[in-house]
Amino acid sequence: MAAATQTLPDFRYSPVVDQVGVADRIARVTARSIKKESKIEALKLALSMLDLTTLDAKDTAGKVRQLCYKARHLHDDLPDLPTVAAVCVYPNMVSVAKKALEGSTVKVASVATAFPTGMTSLDIKLEETRRVVSEGADEVDMVISRGRFFAGDYNYVFDEIAAVKEACGQAHLKVILETGELETYDNVRRASEIAMYAGADFIKTSTGKVKPAATLEVTLVMLEAIRDYYYQTGRMVGMKPAGGISNAKLAIQYLVLLKETLGEAWMTPQYFRFGASSLANDLLMQIVKQKTGIYQSIDYFSKD
Amino acid sequence: MERRIEFNTSWQYSPAPESTDHIVLSKRYDNFIGGAFVPPASGKYFDTINPATEEKLSEVALSDEADVNRAVESAREAFNRYWSKCLPAERGKYLYRIARLIQERAREFAVIESLDGGKPIRESRTVDIPLVAAHFFYYAGWADKLEYAFPNRRVSPLGVAGQIIPWNFPLLMAAWKIAPALACGNTVVLKPAETTPLTALKLAELIQEADLPPGVVNIITGAGETGQALVRHPDVDKIAFTGSTEVGRIIQKELAGTNKKYTLELGGKAANIIFEDAALDQAVEGIINGIFFNQGHVCCAGSRLFVQESVADTVIRKLKDRMESLIVGNPLDKNTDIGAINSRQQLDTINSYIEIGQKEGAELYQTSCPLPERGYWCRPTLFLNASQSHRIVQEEIFGPVLAVQTFRTAEEAIEKANNTPYGLSGGVWSDKGAKVFKITSKIRSGVVWANTYNKFDPTAPFGGYKESGVGREGGLHGLLPYVNLA
Repeated sequence: MAAATQTLPDFRYSPVVDQVGVADRIARVTARSIKKESKIEALKLALSMLDLTTLDAKDTAGKVRQLCYKARHLHDDLPDLPTVAAVCVYPNMVSVAKKALEGSTVKVASVATAFPTGMTSLDIKLEETRRVVSEGADEVDMVISRGRFFAGDYNYVFDEIAAVKEACGQAHLKVILETGELETYDNVRRASEIAMYAGADFIKTSTGKVKPAATLEVTLVMLEAIRDYYYQTGRMVGMKPAGGISNAKLAIQYLVLLKETLGEAWMTPQYFRFGASSLANDLLMQIVKQKTGIYQSIDYFSKD
Repeated sequence: MERRIEFNTSWQYSPAPESTDHIVLSKRYDNFIGGAFVPPASGKYFDTINPATEEKLSEVALSDEADVNRAVESAREAFNRYWSKCLPAERGKYLYRIARLIQERAREFAVIESLDGGKPIRESRTVDIPLVAAHFFYYAGWADKLEYAFPNRRVSPLGVAGQIIPWNFPLLMAAWKIAPALACGNTVVLKPAETTPLTALKLAELIQEADLPPGVVNIITGAGETGQALVRHPDVDKIAFTGSTEVGRIIQKELAGTNKKYTLELGGKAANIIFEDAALDQAVEGIINGIFFNQGHVCCAGSRLFVQESVADTVIRKLKDRMESLIVGNPLDKNTDIGAINSRQQLDTINSYIEIGQKEGAELYQTSCPLPERGYWCRPTLFLNASQSHRIVQEEIFGPVLAVQTFRTAEEAIEKANNTPYGLSGGVWSDKGAKVFKITSKIRSGVVWANTYNKFDPTAPFGGYKESGVGREGGLHGLLPYVNLA
């Protein structure tokens, strides 16, 4: 584990971020015009990076099974579509999803650590993490303790992430910063560094339960943190914007941002994911439009 | 293992060219004098080309002294007959009308600006043309409020203004010149640059459409001699010039001993200073905007970079990474970041400085982006380990070439920043507010940006210290060169 051999930075002195400059950079990213062949490639790439998500109190085993079927068969009318990267569910749905996805390359991701607030004790968070992993979760999406973070208790936040990472074993750990609650980009940058140095495989913007969820701006700040961490340590950390990315155009803008910040090595589901529920069908609609020249009704795309 | 990021990704942007279908260019343009297009006295014309393809776009009148006389006469007559008698609010009305017409035809002007000058459509569409409209709107508002701009003074126009503009922001510079002149009640003779006359001539068509009284705005095309004849003309009351310091000096000599007022907006070699406590990723974006905006053809470009030594390696690494995602190519492609160099002559100048920099011992770095085969192109270029004594640090290159130096203390940065004959602009980057105010007040330049760069607004005055010029344009200050106060 990289964290054991590297010197830890003092997180009180994380690099500062200027909000106006971030907005300027994003204005240039959103001005990129992605058409024709590059658009089709981007749509397919975005599909392959999807974490198809259902995180509702009223989720049922049936709904999760439907979602898993959708994950494997995005739109059977179109050959050579990729599958999504993962299906993301609540802990009590992990075993259902695992069974439904058996034999496919689609991963099971589970939220854990008292998602979405994280307002419980560490031993319960660790127990929950071990439980979802033992039931078959390939990936664990944890939340950080925002209260401790705001209190300046960075060591606590760091140790908690490191402990959850250990509890994950072989499972990949995505650390949700809940940027919508962090108030400033300086805080986002600091939380990103804490998570990466504590062992995160991915850093993730949001639970989807707080607004604003993912934005291009906050994603840029996190991608730049990932880049600096890579230069510092040589380890590649993944990025997952989640929540609020509901249409293809926006998804493509995220890919532009990714391409121009982290380049080729990160442009794969191994290092970049979209956390979204309704994005899949818009991507599919756009792919069909590119192929046929006509927009089809949403009723021609299955909603699961 | 070397840690590096590969920006040459397998996912590439497809070409996304802006359409030129709606653009109507005549094969030939005459001078715009007295509200009509009239052929030059000599009957001679010269070509204007697209620097991205080296193809001819059109040809324009080659004006000599006779044409200048005619244009100045027309401007004088319009001043006496219409414009000086026009109610101030009426003048404002015309300017508002011009501003609105520019907004309506923004796309057309943006495309022609990119065709004729080589700048990326991204910039002509989002920076140049919107600012042109903003300038007309802003000065339209002043037209009937001049006594509030200069309380307790009697304000009167000068008469005829001769205006000579450069090729880097062709239509924007025309707006900077024409809008305040007209708002204050003057009439004008404008000479656009030799390589970029088309948007000014399109503006002439628009002015016709706006039904401005004939002769209030006259536009004549030509080269240096045409400009010289305008400067020498005895019936011109004021000269406004934007261009090189070299030509500015000649104009100043010509005007010595005359009663003509003048403003000169000349060259620059701005220092962009990055302190260790700055938001570095955003500072890098500011460096990029500072030097690569408009191919570096910007008098206020941040062409000298000073980085505090403790963060120098990090900043240079980030800068190189960011430069890798810059796309050089077809100015009409919406994804192009850096367009064509404006002319063969300018490309030769830039290339000669790139040679000089290497001979002087600075370390050359250029990005790996592909360049089109035809046209005039220059890759984004850095010179690392440059010195104050290098010519690439002292002289204005007017291209996408950045000279990089490091500094240890704030005093050293200020001393080096001011150690130049120029003083047009500068940039300071720090997260500490008090430090920003302290340092910016010590930079001897007309404009100093803090934690941003190359931001323009018609309400802000613009102009230089030392060899960067005389007088201010823009804002309330921009009215002063166009009025007599009693």
